[in-house]
Amino acid sequence: METLLDLRPLFAILVSAVAAVAIAFTGRNPNLRETWSVLAAVTKFALVASLLPGVLAGERYEVDLVQLAPGIELGLRVDPAGLLFALSASFLWILTCFYSIGYMRGLDEGKQTRFYAMLASCLSATIGLCFSANVLTFVIFYEILSVATYPLVTHAGSEKAYRIGRQYLVYAITAGIALVAGTALIHQTAGTLDFQAGGFLDAGAGTGVLWTIFLLFMLGFGVKAGVMPLHSWLPNAMIAPTPVSALLHAVAVVKAGVFGFVRLVGFIFGPELLGDMGAAALLAAFAAATILIASCIALTKDDLKARLAYSTVGHLSYIVLGVALLVPHALLGAALHMVTHAAMKITLFFCAGAIYVHTGKKKVSELDGIGRQMPFTLAAFGVGAVGLAGVPLIGGFVSKWYLAAGSVDAGGLFFLGVLLLSGLLNAAYLVPIVTRAFFRTSEGHPAFNEASLFMVVPIGITAALSILLGIHPDGLFRFFSVAEAMVAGITGTTFAGGAP
Amino acid sequence: MTVDLFIGRYPYYLVALLLIIGLYGITRKRNMLKKVIGMTIFQTSIYLFFIQGATKIGGTIPIFDPERGLDPAQYLNPLPQVMILTAIVVGVAITGVALSLLLLIYREYGSLDEDTVLRKMREDP
Amino acid sequence: MNQIPVLIPAILLFTSFAAFFGGMIRLRWGYAATLLGVAASFLVSMAGVAHVIANGEIRYHLGGWAPPVGIEWVLDPLSAFMVAIVTTIGLLVVVYLPRSARFEIPGKEAFAYPSVALLLAGLTGMCLTGDVFNLYVFLEIAALAAYALLAVGDRRAPVAVFRYLVFGAVGGGFYLLGVGFLYFSAGTLNMADLAERLPELYQSRAVIAAAVLMVTGLGLKMALFPMHLWLPDVYNFAPSASAGLIAPIMTKVSAYAIIRLFLDVFHPVFLIEILPVTAFIGWLAAGGILFGSVMAMAQTDLRRMLAYSSVGQISYIALGIGLANPFGLIGGLLHMLNHALMKGVLFLIGGAIRLRTGLVEVPEFAGLGRKMPWTMASFTIAALAMVGIPPTAGFFSKYYLLLGSVDAGNWIFFAIIIVSSLLSAVYFFRVIEMIYREPEEGVISEPAVAAVPAGAMAGGGGHGDSLPPGLGGGPRHDDRRSGGARPPEEGGEAPGTMLLPILVLAVLILLVGIFNVLIVDRLLEPVVAPLSG
Repeated sequence: METLLDLRPLFAILVSAVAAVAIAFTGRNPNLRETWSVLAAVTKFALVASLLPGVLAGERYEVDLVQLAPGIELGLRVDPAGLLFALSASFLWILTCFYSIGYMRGLDEGKQTRFYAMLASCLSATIGLCFSANVLTFVIFYEILSVATYPLVTHAGSEKAYRIGRQYLVYAITAGIALVAGTALIHQTAGTLDFQAGGFLDAGAGTGVLWTIFLLFMLGFGVKAGVMPLHSWLPNAMIAPTPVSALLHAVAVVKAGVFGFVRLVGFIFGPELLGDMGAAALLAAFAAATILIASCIALTKDDLKARLAYSTVGHLSYIVLGVALLVPHALLGAALHMVTHAAMKITLFFCAGAIYVHTGKKKVSELDGIGRQMPFTLAAFGVGAVGLAGVPLIGGFVSKWYLAAGSVDAGGLFFLGVLLLSGLLNAAYLVPIVTRAFFRTSEGHPAFNEASLFMVVPIGITAALSILLGIHPDGLFRFFSVAEAMVAGITGTTFAGGAP
Repeated sequence: MTVDLFIGRYPYYLVALLLIIGLYGITRKRNMLKKVIGMTIFQTSIYLFFIQGATKIGGTIPIFDPERGLDPAQYLNPLPQVMILTAIVVGVAITGVALSLLLLIYREYGSLDEDTVLRKMREDP
Repeated sequence: MNQIPVLIPAILLFTSFAAFFGGMIRLRWGYAATLLGVAASFLVSMAGVAHVIANGEIRYHLGGWAPPVGIEWVLDPLSAFMVAIVTTIGLLVVVYLPRSARFEIPGKEAFAYPSVALLLAGLTGMCLTGDVFNLYVFLEIAALAAYALLAVGDRRAPVAVFRYLVFGAVGGGFYLLGVGFLYFSAGTLNMADLAERLPELYQSRAVIAAAVLMVTGLGLKMALFPMHLWLPDVYNFAPSASAGLIAPIMTKVSAYAIIRLFLDVFHPVFLIEILPVTAFIGWLAAGGILFGSVMAMAQTDLRRMLAYSSVGQISYIALGIGLANPFGLIGGLLHMLNHALMKGVLFLIGGAIRLRTGLVEVPEFAGLGRKMPWTMASFTIAALAMVGIPPTAGFFSKYYLLLGSVDAGNWIFFAIIIVSSLLSAVYFFRVIEMIYREPEEGVISEPAVAAVPAGAMAGGGGHGDSLPPGLGGGPRHDDRRSGGARPPEEGGEAPGTMLLPILVLAVLILLVGIFNVLIVDRLLEPVVAPLSG
């Protein structure tokens, strides 16, 4: 493994921060403002993607900026785990940029400058935490992400939005402080904060301290990852504009929490130590409970975005469960599910937003027959829905397959049962939406009247991506290989099989 | 022994008594002018503490006296006295500022009684 | 170069005279003298920091008299650090001052300038002197100037300042008494000399009494919980510029004096083990952090909220002293700088809001974000720093304090730091939420008029800019009833001379956060070195 000094990770972070400033200053000219967004998104993705070949070849790009505390640098390092997340987030940001234009203009929303600027800032923080080389850097970006999301959550400016914003802050700040406290503990027990594949803490630190650290981090990441009972901010945060729900509350922000668990399990503690402590079992139990409960709650929700939100809560815990099972196949499944769930869930949210902008409908019960009016949108919705349920040939199947294989490896038929049952529940709460859209009829849906192309094209692309990931997971951006490399780094296992 | 503890050190006890009287005035009196008086007594006790610490039995003012020669035991320690000279200046300045504040307060509220003033402050902010 | 330690207070003392006499002739001259003098002291103190980093400490003997006879002046990493904080805040507030003073204390600016210079002279003198009695003198000089600056606030200010004065006089008296005990037992007033002679006397009751009295006296001056009672009213009723000058640096210099006693006069061993003063300070601080945060949550007046938050924040510094280990003390010292920047900018912003809208109540702040975008962006940065969100400065001092608590194995302090961050998040995000709200119709203008009593409209209007500064006659009775403030001025963003210091401070909050290690490495590590051995 070779370590190279490279500034690309830094630029990838800064490009959207610079864009945020440019956006703030060009608020009077919407076209120019949106151009900055798109430019930054494309540049960011190009920078991230350019790191891909090297990382797959085993190189690690590194850059240390300034010292944050004696001996601790503001350090960036690109490894497969971070790259996997960065690739998916930055690619989906490009689509979200276009989608936002359609959505925000379609609804004639206020405060759009602030919206685009904060969205760009959030992406900076997301990529920052992907590429963080140590715990302190990670926590810093994590907190920036928390705070930068706040104005987006309260975007509506209504009393309700502020109340939800306050709830969001209480969760986010508590989580952030728990992480800081945990970081300080690690700093003083281990003397280092650098992430290391396979973990850097050892049992010598004492059970009490290790458990305290684990629980603090579990609290800190659990909030963003929506692990029950820390999830309740997430469905409420759907009051934000749909592009935010789609990109941040299905991909960037919530996956930051999940990614935190990857770092915690794979790079701070290491699977071995966690297995010995028994801490992973606790996490797995919470995740399994969340999967089932969230799916059941989703069944009861009539509001489309709320239903999707609970579905997100459940699916995030798939990833957490995969990580917590500690076996290579489960880890691989978790890594893949980060990508596949991102593609499918963003499709669903995009569709929900398009329906809302175009017809003003928010509730599942109002969607009868809408498939005739917006066939492309609803077809894409169908792809996402059956994909999440785990139907083969769509991305969700691949990741769930490995998760299932992992639970068998881990000897937990219980977890296999959880996965299968929740797959059924997924189908139960998503597929009927598609069927009623196409097979029922109702008054008031004109024959054919699709949403703006700004929205339909990104929806089409994400749906296509979901299918592509299901047919040939390594085809696009080599997600499968990156995920494999990540698991190999953590567990030392390499997979002979390759893509199915 | 016990006698010595009290009689031999009576200046200390006087100083301590003054200090306590001063603090009593500051904390217990409701009239602000009496607080200033207490403050002055408190400060004076500190001056006296320094002065008595510099005193020597049989010593004289620390100016060279040919009859007494260079023996330091013949002179009082000048340093505490100089320090207290400075401290008195500081004390006077503080008292002056305190009195001018009282003047402002009296003009504003027509009273120097702390309870009355605080009540008026609350009623008419 | 070796006169730097005495040069800084000397410049400022001279500035004070020049500003007074200049201001008698023409207000503008008084201001020019102040600005020049404070800028010069700022440059000299920066040169001092550079010199200390490059060449080590400077000891200057006043008048050529070597200690213990003469008075020694010491520029070492700790005092260079403190003086840099004091003069930086001082310079920025002097830039801010005239515009704000013309609005809030019309007719009294001519007195404000020399008082500011005198205050800074006193504070820098406290930092740089190497003599415990001299420290007392400068302590009282600074206090006197502060009383004057604070008492010109609104009509309630004299009452609050009177209480502060009484507290301050008692605090100063205790300190002086302690100096007396030290002198009579060790026979010297020079700090370095005392440090050599005291170890033989650690069992002496007089020395123990001296330590207790001096720390208590300084604790009163630094508003260490529960000796903070004077503080909230004083900051609340003071003119914004005075609060912006005094809140960030005044209490901290007293805290500095405690640290100086702890490290350089009494050996750390004495105050940690023989007489566990530091532990006691630590527990008081823990109480103060919680008390200040909870009280701040209960306030709706921005200035009062900031004042209570100061009680909590000064306790962080005291907590650093209480931890008495390298990381803890670094956290405390760094928090002196951070809090000076944060609280300074917050009070200055309070003044800018008052100038433009007349508002002080947080629930009426809706729409300010749109009206004063730069000021409010600075407010947001400072508020995030107060909460401790990285990468602002406030995060790092708390982080060092956390590291220090882990080192000390003190989990209660660890928990208190965490909990208080949450509490400060509650009261600062409440303000942030409010300023970025859209105002409901008419809300922005109505309370603005109501907030200024009618007397101000009538009385304040009489003082034009061109009038002489009113040295002879003094303000009329009418003015004083309303604190002399004028009705708010129309306009959006704060005026340039007020906005500039606000922005500089906001940027410094970010820079100090990101580059904190430069300060920690070069200045603070040498300071805490005695604790690690």
